Amino acid sequence: MSAPSGGGASRDGYGNALLRLAENSDVVVLEADLGKSTKSCHFRSKYPERTFSLGIAEQNMMLVAAGLASSGKIPMASTFAIFTERGFEQIRNGIARPCLKAHICGSHGGIHTGSDGSSAQSIEDLAIYRTLPNMTIIHPADDISAEELTMQVVDLEGPSYMRTIRNKVPRSYSEETKNELKIGKGSLLKDGNDVVIICCGVMVSKSIDAAIILEKEGINAAVIDMHTIKPLDEKMLDLWSKKCRCIVTAEDHSIIGGLGSAIAEHNSRTNLVPMEMIGVKDRFGESGDSEELFKIMSMTTEDIVKAARKSISRK
Amino acid sequence: MRLKKYQKNWKASIAFTITSTISEYMPFNMGITELEEMALRCRINIIKMIHKSQSGHPGGSLSAIDMIVGLYGTVLNIDTSNPNWKDRDRFIMSKGHASPAIYSILNEFGIINEKDFMSFRTLGSICQGHVDMKWTDGVDFSAGSLGMGLSFGLGCSFAAKLDNSQRNIWVMVGDGETQEGQLWEAIMAADFHSSGNLKLIVDRNGIQNDDFVSKQMEVGNLSKKIESFGWEVTEIDGHNMEEICGAIKWANDGQERPMAIIANTIKGKGVSYMENNPSFHGKAPNDEEYHIAMEELS
Repeated sequence: MSAPSGGGASRDGYGNALLRLAENSDVVVLEADLGKSTKSCHFRSKYPERTFSLGIAEQNMMLVAAGLASSGKIPMASTFAIFTERGFEQIRNGIARPCLKAHICGSHGGIHTGSDGSSAQSIEDLAIYRTLPNMTIIHPADDISAEELTMQVVDLEGPSYMRTIRNKVPRSYSEETKNELKIGKGSLLKDGNDVVIICCGVMVSKSIDAAIILEKEGINAAVIDMHTIKPLDEKMLDLWSKKCRCIVTAEDHSIIGGLGSAIAEHNSRTNLVPMEMIGVKDRFGESGDSEELFKIMSMTTEDIVKAARKSISRK
Repeated sequence: MRLKKYQKNWKASIAFTITSTISEYMPFNMGITELEEMALRCRINIIKMIHKSQSGHPGGSLSAIDMIVGLYGTVLNIDTSNPNWKDRDRFIMSKGHASPAIYSILNEFGIINEKDFMSFRTLGSICQGHVDMKWTDGVDFSAGSLGMGLSFGLGCSFAAKLDNSQRNIWVMVGDGETQEGQLWEAIMAADFHSSGNLKLIVDRNGIQNDDFVSKQMEVGNLSKKIESFGWEVTEIDGHNMEEICGAIKWANDGQERPMAIIANTIKGKGVSYMENNPSFHGKAPNDEEYHIAMEELS
């Protein structure tokens, strides 16, 4: 296992995938004045006739996506993760309830968004969309996995929400390993038997770094990129919680309702093993550099290492 | 001034309808008397299903039904034997609580039957409390939350353009519903995208859930407001079938810009004690009231 290398932002992977998906003439793109940020702008440049600009009006955009999907199109609608939340009830009643194949991408998720401050840092998007029946929820680790998973969402039988992030992070996938990615299946990035670190988004590369540090201490940590938060890969969860007998979860999201909660819910129903959660602990963010924010929120690589030691000690 | 111009135009459309009686624009070719008779049958069925389930929204169903009958009976291009035909015109009932009106019209066109609508609001019924495209053939939208239907219609309008289809998209909203901000987002976007295949009907019955619109939050001159957003607008008596048919034809033919019909209506129209009575927005008639309604409608 080598440390994550290079650098890529998952929003770029989304933008690249849209260009590749353009081959399918039913794919259309919806924008709410943030195409340059979410990276749908590349699709717009090449396929303006299939790109609909809806202005700063997210609620309308969600139902326009629903109307297109009901007519056989495959709408890919994006804005900041936080602003998709403005259309939550629209997504709930207009998209998820009739199970329309409309795909929403919320970029700039998490406190990793940094200097824009708390108003732009969505730390609850995964939680709220996870409550909706029919929805698939995806949060890729890097640009390579975001591109691959975006290619797959159009084959889903219902709607999806994908959270991407603004800033570049070390890559956890390569052109070879990306082929193992599958929506609904966790990706094992490192084998281990002392503790399993289950993570998503920007916390994946940090979790791999943490596992490398733990290895030097003689602790053999497994790392799973649980890029699909819903439906949760419960089979994989059962397998690895039985094998390692303790869990650490790591996400750039509130610990209330996100990946950690989803795993805790499952863990409490099945193989009850000790579990530690790394994430935003019931507070809002603030302006600052991403890494500074991770430090004050106790979400650094070192914090994952500490959580792993603690989880093991509770066995 | 434009409003007056188009009012004149729909009057011309009526003349066309009456003199030609059958038009290539009208898939069902129904005349005024036939339409009025159908509307009366629908009113009876609306009251029947709401009385049977002892819940539902009679007021807004009775105010809307004449326009719905006018639309289905003349220009709406649907295939009753294949309600999911991809290239059908769409009718999006955004004020989804007026579902009895939709079930009554789908019954008239043989898409659902009396047994279906008499199970309205009961467990497992295809006639859900609010219209739902996942439950009922012939329903194009899952409604129930106000303010969303026009946005959905705009998405359908984009899809029709991408398909190079001539299909039109009709959306009906209530006047209380125009208090929802999302509706104005859609009205603005439809103008920007020159969505000439998008048609809006506002059921201006003057009453919303709690009380009169004028008391809750008056919405003012909707014709001028919508027109100022770049739409073509006309205003009619929403219970006068000749005016309804003329306005529908006018809106159906206009393809340059989005078209809106403000239909001035009476909530609860046709049942004396329900007319203009806010308490019958969402209340079922009891047995005595049911018999009075049946007498008045027969």
